[in-house]
Amino acid sequence: MVTYFVRRLLLMLLTLFGISVIIFALLRIVPGNVVDILFDAAGFVDAADKAKIEADLGLDKPIPVQYAAWISGLAHGDLGYSYVSEKPALEEILPRIPITARLAGMALAFSILFGVPLGVLSAVKQNTALDYVLRLVSLSGLSMPAFWLGLLLLMAFVATTGMIPIYSQAPKSFWDSLLMYSVPAAAVGFRSSALIMRLTRSSMLEVLRQDYIRTARSKGASENSINYRHALRNAMLPVVTVIGIEAAFLIGGLIVTETVFNIPGIARFLVEAIRLRDYPIVQNLVMFIAVIVVAVNFAVDILYAALDPRIRYSN
Amino acid sequence: MNRDYRFAAAATALLLGIYATGAVSAPKYGGILKMEHRGGIASASILEEATFSTVVPFMGIFNNLVMYKQDVAQNSMDSIVPDLATSWTWSPDRTKLTFELRKGVKWHDGVPFTAKDVECTFNLIMGKSQDKLRKNPRKSWYQNVNDVVTNGDYEVSFILKRPQPALIALLASGYSPIYPCHVSAAQMRTHPIGTGPFKFVEYKTNQSIKVVRNPDYWKKGRPYLDGIDYTIIHDVSTSVLAFVAGKYDMTFPTNLTIAEVKDLKKQDPQAVCKIEPDNVNTNLIINRDSPPFNNPDIRKAMALTLDRKAFVDILFEGQADIGGAMLPPPQGIWGLTPEILKTIPGYGPDVEKNRAEARKLMEKAGYGPNNRLKIKVSTRNLPVYRDPAVILIDQLKQIYIDGELDVVETAQWFPKIARKDYTVGLNLTGNAVDDPDQAFYENYACGSQRNYTGYCNKDLQKLFDQQSMETDKAKRQKLVWEIDKQLQEDMARPVIFHARQGTCWQPYVKGVTVMVNSTYNGYRYEDVWLDK
Repeated sequence: MVTYFVRRLLLMLLTLFGISVIIFALLRIVPGNVVDILFDAAGFVDAADKAKIEADLGLDKPIPVQYAAWISGLAHGDLGYSYVSEKPALEEILPRIPITARLAGMALAFSILFGVPLGVLSAVKQNTALDYVLRLVSLSGLSMPAFWLGLLLLMAFVATTGMIPIYSQAPKSFWDSLLMYSVPAAAVGFRSSALIMRLTRSSMLEVLRQDYIRTARSKGASENSINYRHALRNAMLPVVTVIGIEAAFLIGGLIVTETVFNIPGIARFLVEAIRLRDYPIVQNLVMFIAVIVVAVNFAVDILYAALDPRIRYSN
Repeated sequence: MNRDYRFAAAATALLLGIYATGAVSAPKYGGILKMEHRGGIASASILEEATFSTVVPFMGIFNNLVMYKQDVAQNSMDSIVPDLATSWTWSPDRTKLTFELRKGVKWHDGVPFTAKDVECTFNLIMGKSQDKLRKNPRKSWYQNVNDVVTNGDYEVSFILKRPQPALIALLASGYSPIYPCHVSAAQMRTHPIGTGPFKFVEYKTNQSIKVVRNPDYWKKGRPYLDGIDYTIIHDVSTSVLAFVAGKYDMTFPTNLTIAEVKDLKKQDPQAVCKIEPDNVNTNLIINRDSPPFNNPDIRKAMALTLDRKAFVDILFEGQADIGGAMLPPPQGIWGLTPEILKTIPGYGPDVEKNRAEARKLMEKAGYGPNNRLKIKVSTRNLPVYRDPAVILIDQLKQIYIDGELDVVETAQWFPKIARKDYTVGLNLTGNAVDDPDQAFYENYACGSQRNYTGYCNKDLQKLFDQQSMETDKAKRQKLVWEIDKQLQEDMARPVIFHARQGTCWQPYVKGVTVMVNSTYNGYRYEDVWLDK
């Protein structure tokens, strides 16, 4: 087990190193740099001024030197300065993390709480009117882009209640705060919930056809016991895997949802930083996301190994 | 006696009526104005930026030497009023402009304002100071200024190379704030210090900007507001809905399209909305060094095929303006009149006739129905650029030119056209001041950084100087018309239309004036108040 753990840890570090190189290289390969953007509104780029700013920002140095400076700073907890706002990158990134974390957490909770029970219901009521309705809901969830759903929700709120659940720095009450996060969380979590619903349904249907379910039924077990005690537990294994993957993919949905609901989280900030070629912000934010995803995968690997000895033996 | 009563009753009713409509209600103090902001702020330093994204929230932090009167919608020489200067005089030969400065003015950090600050500001712009601006987009405005010299603490003079009466128009722009000597250019980007009616509190990147009332403002009784909170909203649909839901008192100035204004008014009929020209024109840029566009016939044919009215009808529901380099009247002061425009090739009402002439020119150059010219029409990846570019491509088809839309990412747009890496493009040109000196020298002068097409006409350049030195307005107007007409005839940068954009606010927001011939000069907001 210790060898497996060490091997996985080394692999994780190697992955992070690879990601850091790829991010750094890609940002430099993309045409245009932050100085072009800074001059954008002026309608021209003054060559002398551009060269001076590039020198000030260290962009005139060879790329390996720039990379070494970044990694060395990162190792010492120095994330550098935003090229645009000129504020420390850490100061720019840190306040946005809890906002996105809250939103992502709620979106994931929404997708599980909505997707799993309805998926089970759809399976146990297979080919009934309820099943057809739920399948239609899940299909629409997969087809609707999060930004479009978000905009529809906003319009519905304004038309029916006269209020708009967009981000506010100082919500008046707990309920305002809850509404401010729950509506965008629902918008972004709807797609994941639809996926989870469909997967839960098909997985449940497969399990419900197993011999041991028939045995339980013949022994007189109640339907609830069969569905939730015997079937759901086993049907959840692929669903849990997908939930883990979806958690990483949520960031994609958050980008547009944060824009539509005007939420100052890291997803929207990252896109804006990419547009502005604000390298320190992009590099550090992507690394932050990568660390989380890789760490989660690492934890899952360890958990798998702990749960299923075959995995660690096969490695 | 009865008649007296009737008169008194009528007078009382009239006064009550006026009162009820709010026409005589006195401004009220207090309240925070909540405004939406479209984003796109690189820094808080107006001198370093060239976008009204920066000017709108930060103009109220500062004062100029002079400014455009904030309640007069049309900026002109007649609407220029004193600000930090109390008066100004020209030397007899018009090469020295002297300002008497206001006494007792303090910067927001308590340091007294003096003539040295004015000298420092212009030395910074002219690149003469130790401290440097990171970007300096308005350096070219002051090319004719030789020196800025002080005479004591409250007098400053601009020494010019040649007479330039319009210098005062440039100084009145929202782009010409006075900066403090004792604060570095770098700090002004993140925490600006001014003498204006509002003090900077904070700017959260991509999130919000807060300014509060300056209790020590030198203009007694101003501002009325306790502060202004700007919330940055990138998505226009969200911003319209937020306004309708009452989250904001005012939309970002001149940022709504005609369709968005209609949508907003439909959802919130009480909203006060104005649609005005913003002095931004959409134009065709042709790389005249790149064959076959070095052939003047082809350039002329492209200008002749333009159906400007179609652009205006499709994109603005008929609410935009057709003109030359200068914004057309009545909102614009110097623009070509409809009578003059009619005489310029391509501006006539008979589009088919123009296109027939254009096809002949194309045939003369060797193109025709069986030998069509294939080109790329480059434009920036923003709707305001892309939409007219699509219409342009359609119109070029009429004269044997098949255009393919080449959408260029924003970061690449200006570097690309600056290195002339395009053949045909569609571009937007904004003018901060409705004055020919700014428009002609910036966009059409030989060697100017913003002269993207590389057009250079030495004879016309002499006329640029001549109009710039002219003190008689009527004579200058004639020269400006002559230049503008020549620019259009030379296809220097054929102007397609001058856009109009909308601004909306709630009826209780008072004292807002939307400028009609520039979108860079009317955001001091010291006269704005909330009637609630």
